[in-house]
Amino acid sequence: MSNEVWVWAEQRNGQLMGVSLEILNTGSQLAQKLGREVVAVLIGYQISGLAAELVAYGANKVYTIDKPELSLYQSDVYAKILADLVQKDEPTILLLGATNVGMDLAPRVAAKLKTGLTAHCADLRIDDVGGKPLLVADVPGFGGNMVVSIACPERRPQMATVRPGVMERPSKESTRKGAIIPVEIEIRDKDFRARTVEIVEQKPEGAPLEAAEIVVAGGWGLKSVGGFKFIEELASVLGGSVAGTRPAVDANWVTEDRMIGSSGKTVAPKLFISVGASGATHFTTGFLKSKTILAVDQNPKAPIFEVCDIGICGDVAKVVPCLIGEIKKIKAG
Amino acid sequence: MNIVVCIKQTPDPEHFSKITIDPTRGTIQREGIPSVINPLDRHALEEGLRLREKFSGKVTAISMGPPQAREVLELALAMGVDEAILLCDKAFAGADTLATAYPLAGAIKKCGTIDLVICGNMSVDGATGQVGPQLAELLDIPHITFVSNVEFRGRRSLVVKRELEYGYLKTEVELPVLLCVVKSINEYRLPTVIGIMEAMRKEIKTWAACDIEATSETIGLAGSPTVVTNIYERKVERKREILKGTPEEMARQTAAKLHELGVL
Repeated sequence: MSNEVWVWAEQRNGQLMGVSLEILNTGSQLAQKLGREVVAVLIGYQISGLAAELVAYGANKVYTIDKPELSLYQSDVYAKILADLVQKDEPTILLLGATNVGMDLAPRVAAKLKTGLTAHCADLRIDDVGGKPLLVADVPGFGGNMVVSIACPERRPQMATVRPGVMERPSKESTRKGAIIPVEIEIRDKDFRARTVEIVEQKPEGAPLEAAEIVVAGGWGLKSVGGFKFIEELASVLGGSVAGTRPAVDANWVTEDRMIGSSGKTVAPKLFISVGASGATHFTTGFLKSKTILAVDQNPKAPIFEVCDIGICGDVAKVVPCLIGEIKKIKAG
Repeated sequence: MNIVVCIKQTPDPEHFSKITIDPTRGTIQREGIPSVINPLDRHALEEGLRLREKFSGKVTAISMGPPQAREVLELALAMGVDEAILLCDKAFAGADTLATAYPLAGAIKKCGTIDLVICGNMSVDGATGQVGPQLAELLDIPHITFVSNVEFRGRRSLVVKRELEYGYLKTEVELPVLLCVVKSINEYRLPTVIGIMEAMRKEIKTWAACDIEATSETIGLAGSPTVVTNIYERKVERKREILKGTPEEMARQTAAKLHELGVL
């Protein structure tokens, strides 16, 4: 029984997914609290370089399963590999990133191991629950209106998934040392019941939202000015990314991959600016961990003003151009 | 083709902000909150019905829930499914996703040889997306999530498009399989008046734990590896500095503050 903290590191097309680094960071912190090591499990093809990266990002140990047939995500085989490794080594915690792949893999592995899995956690910590140090996960429920704390007292490992952009990334230190351990496994053709044959990637325009340091999101209130022109200008002058609410997406002012909220993206930038959005909980839950929140809306009773650091109540058509002007002045001078 | 569609009743997402916590018991207060069928489940039912139209066969809708969950099964019958089963038993209550998958698996096994199980990719309340894959594991069949397109090559071979954040994976599989579908897979039909009338003549079977040979260690609160240790309404700690003045003045103050914060 290793009682280590394990992290499943996802790679796609030869690159580590950002969320894998984020959960590695969380895993490191949890491991430290428990006095244990943090271990990454990496499945794919020609992944030794990525394994070294994981060490640089803080993994004490990396198990690699490297085979050409595993280059693309294969749900049956990946689940079997991960579950078998876990059963042999008995880590106390297993974290996965809640990407579309992670969300496919995690529950299958949890069911194989008959253990508990908590999805898309906003916070993970070790708490004393009934005298035992347990992993406690905070999960937003009902669109973000509620927070539910969940633990897995008996079964092991305690499993959780975390969405991209929720946790912080670790620093990369090439001086870090860690063991990279290739694992030999036997897989047969019939193990691949559902076989992934192709990946088609459609890169989004612009930088990914989760990586942006400044995000400017617009809501239905932009209707009065005919759309997102001001949002784009404000984002541009700040060097930030554009995002929107569901109504903004439905109005075609912004694409669905830029939607913030419980059914969209979660972001935690240095600065989040909400313009013309009233602040429904299923929207605000998508950016509550931002360092600073600025809200602009014309309705003084809008709930967005409950969750902001700085609030401007006024006509978006007047306020935003003034703000753009003032920011330009400061940047020039 | 024997198809099972798993569906669920959830509180209406339009009313989520009205859901509160009972401070004395620490439980969720759902009274007075209207219920709906989980939105993605309509797409799951639609996909099942289309495949029955193409290949002929039977579509059975199953739901685990309190007696009130009959409403979603009535909707499924009105859309045109052949059979509807409600898994209802106090012993099922308090279940997490694994303890939900167990009774569903038990019920499906009781339905005979199934070729295809279809679920919505996730529900609007818990939004875990876990029950589908866990159910597939218990049924020992492969599963595919985020399914946006299904193409049959012959009667038992499928090519499935599963959505990634940007793009998709193309996956080949043979029946039996469990598919979790997303919104873009189809546009669902609404029940017709005739459908509703025919539905009223169909009986909804109600099965309890004893009917599906469910063991107490696998269902309900006792069968749930996860436990809720606390529930609270989200409180947000923020400065809430609401500025005053003309747009120009407020803009100037804001820009100055942002400069202080070092974000400019």
